[in-house]
Amino acid sequence: MSIVINQKKCVGCRKCMQVCPGTLIKANENGKAYIKYPKDCWGCVSCVKECQFDAIDFYLGADIGGMGSKMNVTSKGDMIYWNITKSCGEKQTIEIDRTKSNQY
Amino acid sequence: MKIQNKKIIHTDVLIIGGGTAGCYAALTIREQSNLSVVIAEKANIKRSGCLAAGVNAINAYIVKGRKPEDYVDYAKKDADDIVREDLLLTMSEGLNRVTAKLEQLGLVILKDENGEYVARGNRNIKINGENIKPILADAVKELEDVTVINHLNITDYIVKDNQILGAFGFSIEDGTAYEIRAKSVICATGGASGLYKPNNPGFSRHKMWYPPFNTGAGYAMGIRAGAEMTTFEMRFIALRCKDTIAPTGTIAQGVGAKQVNALGEVYENKYGLTTSQRVYGTVKENLEGRGPCYLRTEGITPKQDEELLKAYLNMAPSQTLKWIEAGKNPSQQNVEIEGTEPYVVGGHTASGYWVDTNRQSTIQGLYAAGDVAGGCPQKYVTGALVEGEIAAEAIVHSNNQLTKQYEEHKLTEQEEEQLLTEKVQEYDKILNEKQPMFTVEQLEEAMQKVMDTYAGGIGSHYQFNEKQLSLAEEKINQIEQLAEGLSAEDMHELMFVYELKERLTVCKVLIAHLRARKETRWHSFAENLDYPEKSDEWLKYVNSRMEDGKIQIIYRDLVERGEQYEHSH
Repeated sequence: MSIVINQKKCVGCRKCMQVCPGTLIKANENGKAYIKYPKDCWGCVSCVKECQFDAIDFYLGADIGGMGSKMNVTSKGDMIYWNITKSCGEKQTIEIDRTKSNQY
Repeated sequence: MKIQNKKIIHTDVLIIGGGTAGCYAALTIREQSNLSVVIAEKANIKRSGCLAAGVNAINAYIVKGRKPEDYVDYAKKDADDIVREDLLLTMSEGLNRVTAKLEQLGLVILKDENGEYVARGNRNIKINGENIKPILADAVKELEDVTVINHLNITDYIVKDNQILGAFGFSIEDGTAYEIRAKSVICATGGASGLYKPNNPGFSRHKMWYPPFNTGAGYAMGIRAGAEMTTFEMRFIALRCKDTIAPTGTIAQGVGAKQVNALGEVYENKYGLTTSQRVYGTVKENLEGRGPCYLRTEGITPKQDEELLKAYLNMAPSQTLKWIEAGKNPSQQNVEIEGTEPYVVGGHTASGYWVDTNRQSTIQGLYAAGDVAGGCPQKYVTGALVEGEIAAEAIVHSNNQLTKQYEEHKLTEQEEEQLLTEKVQEYDKILNEKQPMFTVEQLEEAMQKVMDTYAGGIGSHYQFNEKQLSLAEEKINQIEQLAEGLSAEDMHELMFVYELKERLTVCKVLIAHLRARKETRWHSFAENLDYPEKSDEWLKYVNSRMEDGKIQIIYRDLVERGEQYEHSH
């Protein structure tokens, strides 16, 4: 489990660096974010939720069955959109309303 | 690289760890007093601790028609009697109070048409817990005279004549060394993960059940300072979805999925339904050739599929991604399950600080709350909140006494500065060490392999005997020696060095506890092959205390429900 940070989209706002519970994301020489310790990622996706610029995707390592799909999160008001792009290019979005409870 | 700066801070209360229990303790202190608070947090309180990704349900709640005593009975039965009933009862009595407070702060809880919380089973209620940690952090940020220092890694307590005086640490952000002087300290650092070789030892090594950043710092600091610990031998092993190590309870309780083996037989009734028995059954089915084991989800409805995918996004998004990548929903494919590597975690089992009913440890002025506090299993999120509240209230009520004790042991300004200088020398030595033989990563791997092989890890089916424990002890001592030669290039690496040392300290105490309980009360959690039976002689606590670098085992009688337990110093 880890994340990839798109260097073109990253604006260097440092929000992901601040929020990571392992403080695993650091700034490179251009002030942009990169994950310094990818094997230490817990997969909590806090950084993905924090990024307002759609620059962070998370994926499953091949050792736990990952097949190249990526997921990111966008939000609007109380709605959270979990956007999944499969390796074949197929896209899927799951919407969650923050004001609604889980059914299970 | 060297320590860049030195800072000495004075506060009334120092809270180490701004997770579930720590944040709630701060809220309680400020609601009930004007005491100043510093929260020292290793990451950032917005998403630190167990709740970073969210939580799917409130698992400790007194639902309609039940009493706090029922919860005590349940937890006592699950732990086969080795619990502190005084702690369980005081926790259970607060569960609904803290839940109401969380709802007031903004947590979404499912209600029926009459406005009553909807129960999931006998002790659980349904929520949307994705943002539970930001909710707590926001509430803390609004408090006056509460200073949150994020990215501050605490390494040691300051203790004199068994009185807590504060703690040392360093900022991994700006390289400042801190000495924080406090009249009382609440340790809320969480439990210990990463002691054993994990399920996914390669690239996804941190895809584990418990936060990989909870390294047992609170236990280790307490052990070194001579605090008494209890029941480390009751390890916790979670039964989880294979690979993603995502929770199984949501599937089991949410859609009523049973545990089945490869032949499709429901095996859970064969071994019993306590937490440890569910793990043990899964291990046995695999050993006897009937693996892999699953949660039987095939045939659930499309609506249930959809709700499960959503529920997992709110706490363990990797599992939802896994279903989508596989192109198969749970209704089309049973969910494979496995046991995790063992952890030491007082929110699920009874391991941790030996505390009095007010959650004060055996060190005066040092309190413990949440996963780091022992004797009170099955506390989960709400129980950790209650413990934060109990510790905070105890501090508020005994503030005069705590201040008096602190003043009696108080150091002069010069002494304070001298101590910090010595601590900085210790940090700088590691930062200046050149050409070390080993890296932290190598020694961590060595430690995890020893624990896996000789102290009942996944690789040894969670079983061990005394000969193996002796080998584990010998090898962990050797690795501890090697760790003295480690070096760090920067502040983050310095934290890695301290984390490894914390884990090694916890491993040593864990091994001593596993050896001290000469019976098998809990399958898998503490399965001693030299003593495979359970015995009433062992209806007592195994406690320990480090004296002059040696771990001394202390046996104590069980504490009953109505008792107010106080330490006899």
